[in-house]
Amino acid sequence: MSTAKSISGDFLLAVEGLTVSFDGFKAVDDLSFYLDPREIRVIIGPNGAGKTTVLDLICGKTKATTGSIKFAGKELTKLKEHQIVHSGVGRKFQTPSVFEDLTVFENLEVSYPQGHSVIGALAFKRDTAVIEAVEDVAKTIFLTDVLNEPAAMLSHGQKQWLEIGMLLIQKPALLMLDEPVAGMSVAERKKTAELLRVITKDHTVLVVEHDMQFVGDIADRVTVMHQGKVLSEGSIEHVKSDPKVIEVYLGH
Amino acid sequence: MFDGYTSSELMSIFAMQGFAGLSLFSVFVLMALGLAIIFGQMGVINMAHGEFMILGAYTTYLTSGFFQSYLPGLFGGYFFVAMILAFFICAALGALVEWLMIRHLYHRPLDTLLATWGLSLIMQQAYRSIFGAREVGVDLPEWMMGAIPVTDMVDLPINGVFVMIIALSVAVGVYLLMYRSGYGKKVRAVVQNRPMAEAVGINSAGIDRATFALGCGIAGIAGAAFTMIGSTGPSSGQAYIVDTFLVVVFGGAQSLIGTIVSAFGISQAQSTMEFFLSGSMAKVLTLLVVIGILMIRPEGLMALKVRR
Amino acid sequence: MKHSSLMKWFVSREGLYYLALAFLLVVLLPLTLDSFRLNMVGKYLTYAFVAIGLVMCWGKAGILSLGQGVFFGLGGYCMAMFLKLEASTPEATAIQSTPGIPDFMDWNQLTELPWFWEPFHSFSFTLLAVIGVPVLLAFVIGIAMFTRRVGGVYFAIITQAIAAVLTILIIGQQGYTGGVNGITDLQTLMGWDIRTDEARNILYFICVGMLFLCLFAARLVQNRKLGRILVAMNAQEMRVRFSGYDVAAFKIFVFCLAAAFAGIGGALFTLLVGFMSPSFIGIVASIEMVIFCALGGRLSILGAVYGALLVNAAKSGFSESFPELWPFAMGALFIGVVLAFPDGLAGLYKSYVMPLENKVFKRNKSKTAPVATRQTAEKVDDYSPMNDTYSPEKS
Repeated sequence: MSTAKSISGDFLLAVEGLTVSFDGFKAVDDLSFYLDPREIRVIIGPNGAGKTTVLDLICGKTKATTGSIKFAGKELTKLKEHQIVHSGVGRKFQTPSVFEDLTVFENLEVSYPQGHSVIGALAFKRDTAVIEAVEDVAKTIFLTDVLNEPAAMLSHGQKQWLEIGMLLIQKPALLMLDEPVAGMSVAERKKTAELLRVITKDHTVLVVEHDMQFVGDIADRVTVMHQGKVLSEGSIEHVKSDPKVIEVYLGH
Repeated sequence: MFDGYTSSELMSIFAMQGFAGLSLFSVFVLMALGLAIIFGQMGVINMAHGEFMILGAYTTYLTSGFFQSYLPGLFGGYFFVAMILAFFICAALGALVEWLMIRHLYHRPLDTLLATWGLSLIMQQAYRSIFGAREVGVDLPEWMMGAIPVTDMVDLPINGVFVMIIALSVAVGVYLLMYRSGYGKKVRAVVQNRPMAEAVGINSAGIDRATFALGCGIAGIAGAAFTMIGSTGPSSGQAYIVDTFLVVVFGGAQSLIGTIVSAFGISQAQSTMEFFLSGSMAKVLTLLVVIGILMIRPEGLMALKVRR
Repeated sequence: MKHSSLMKWFVSREGLYYLALAFLLVVLLPLTLDSFRLNMVGKYLTYAFVAIGLVMCWGKAGILSLGQGVFFGLGGYCMAMFLKLEASTPEATAIQSTPGIPDFMDWNQLTELPWFWEPFHSFSFTLLAVIGVPVLLAFVIGIAMFTRRVGGVYFAIITQAIAAVLTILIIGQQGYTGGVNGITDLQTLMGWDIRTDEARNILYFICVGMLFLCLFAARLVQNRKLGRILVAMNAQEMRVRFSGYDVAAFKIFVFCLAAAFAGIGGALFTLLVGFMSPSFIGIVASIEMVIFCALGGRLSILGAVYGALLVNAAKSGFSESFPELWPFAMGALFIGVVLAFPDGLAGLYKSYVMPLENKVFKRNKSKTAPVATRQTAEKVDDYSPMNDTYSPEKS
């Protein structure tokens, strides 16, 4: 991975020398990796490897101690969370966080990228463009039938999809998903993999996942993290046969 | 504001006001310790904390009256009896309040704040009905009167020194309890990870009740100490509540040392400024500085940077 | 709203709730109460402004301010300063050593009007300041707190400290503020004597009018996407933030809105009562305002009005006959509302009165539209102001 390439801007996301320390403990330590446009990248690693922290750093939830995160040529480390969202990064959390009191339709509508300022939210009108966009996304995430149900009534898997849908409607260039299939049934997992394949037709996706079967299903490339650092990177076969990886992770 | 004072005069003024501020410091530490324990462990703000303190003060008042009437020979030692009584009475009431009210509200910290405010209104009015609206004072035992001369200009009143010794002993006691005892280990376990603590068999509800009772009990000791340096009225507790909250928040909610450092800083700042400005302006300025610092550092002075 | 939809709203259930309140305040109370009592009701209503603001700020957005008295007081003081200047003409204050300045300044050896009093000679400036000063302070506090992510109990405690600071400041600076007595002896508003029964009645109706304006403003906010964001922020702040919203901006907005309402209430209070003092600002007064909102139901703007009316009426009633019992009642109210009825009167109304209402409404419906579908029945429920749910109007 040459730095010359990152400057030329071929990468959608270039993370370089990223470090964050919590009272001296380096949760992410001098981490670098690069994402191509339309790539599905999965980050795996043992517990406490710093996977979720990486997502936190990219989306601005946690501020980096040093290092840079360049997204489509834009430095993200200086931006606030909502600005990062506006520049095209969407983040799904590990536990589904949807608005339980609102209906599925309203959940998606709230996420629709319009009327995000105070004044805008006051003036926001539900026009046909909004309705079409919501119905469109609802179809993608298999929730057309429950559009008018409150989100609290959805199953765990449906809530996960809804949250993915709430990201999709923002039309982000990069989607970050933290354990999207955790707690899902086998059938739901299959559908989620299908959903991700549809999504990657026009998005770049960064996934943190434990389920190796699922990782094998979806990943273009895999980054293995260990103690805040990159241990190995490449195709799933490549990392699976990497002795370092076998020692710290798969060997257990 | 220092115009017109020579440097040696300024030194004496600082020393004098510094010692005067120590009484305030003692009250802050005693009040804040109880609040901080409760807030640190359960995230609960006990707005009736000042009233628990006053309960301790009235307990001391009654005890001193009892000794005066029935055990005049032992009057010199009544304070220690009163302090122990105050602790247990307040702790018992605290446990009752926790059981009736607080435990239903753990997931709603803002509501706890309102409910305990209601409790404080009731307690205040109860004091007014029982003891009257007038402030009452206790007679100091003889050994607590007088002063220790430090320099020509500065005398240290013995009662003030005594109260400070109590405050620091309680602080040390709390430290030992929280960091050197099995109970403290359990408390910290519950703070850090409640479900996990429960999973390894810690009775977290019991720990909550004990902690709330302990905090209230310390407020009782604070009240006993309070009678040594001031008189007690039904709303004396309320006068300190905002300051003490700021002490706790400023120190960083879960840091014992932070609480003491911030109690010291705030009491000293207020006392020193009082000499140069009017009392009210000193208070305004102190509060504004604290609020200002909290805006820059909302997590308080001593809070750890943790992963959230 | 078009004319026909306006009519439709008035006969909708929500419209009827508003009409009922209007009937109570505009017809029933003025007809049954004497001028003195009506003035008292007006005074209670000025607190309803604060309570409506708290519904938006605390009930919806989850930001508990224990310092709303500050904004109420600032609005009130702005108005009081104007009225005091009008009352302190050189002729009326000829016996003072410095005629033409308010009496308390003269007592405190001030010889000229402080600079910040000067603009309050102008009525239009005063009207601006009544809203502007509280909003400005709320904005500064909001910027400082919300952009630093200070929230929850920390915010509550800090707002309480601010209430303490302002009270101490006003009491301490007697010469500039009138001290603990406040600003008293207010007589005329641009030559109009506000102490007569007639003037007080007129002021009462102005107060009611302003109250409805504020209610409609609050309703507008809650029914727009803005309102949904506020509620969503309360439950899932993180998700709102990562849906691309600047959470701090929304918090600042709603805090300023509440401050504006409180300021208007305070100014009307000064007009109706004829003076303003620090006792309406401090910690105790400020936290009492929260109970007006909590009793009414923290999510219901109409409930807030009833809450303010009831608590204050009860307070006056108790203070007249059993003053020593009032703190017990107030304390019990705080505990009871929080422990047993977190949704307040609005919640009780919803669970006990509304089912009866539903029967009536359904009967009416079946008379007029025998083929009422499940959908339309649900629609009626959606319009209830008590739960303030958003009704999807899919086109």
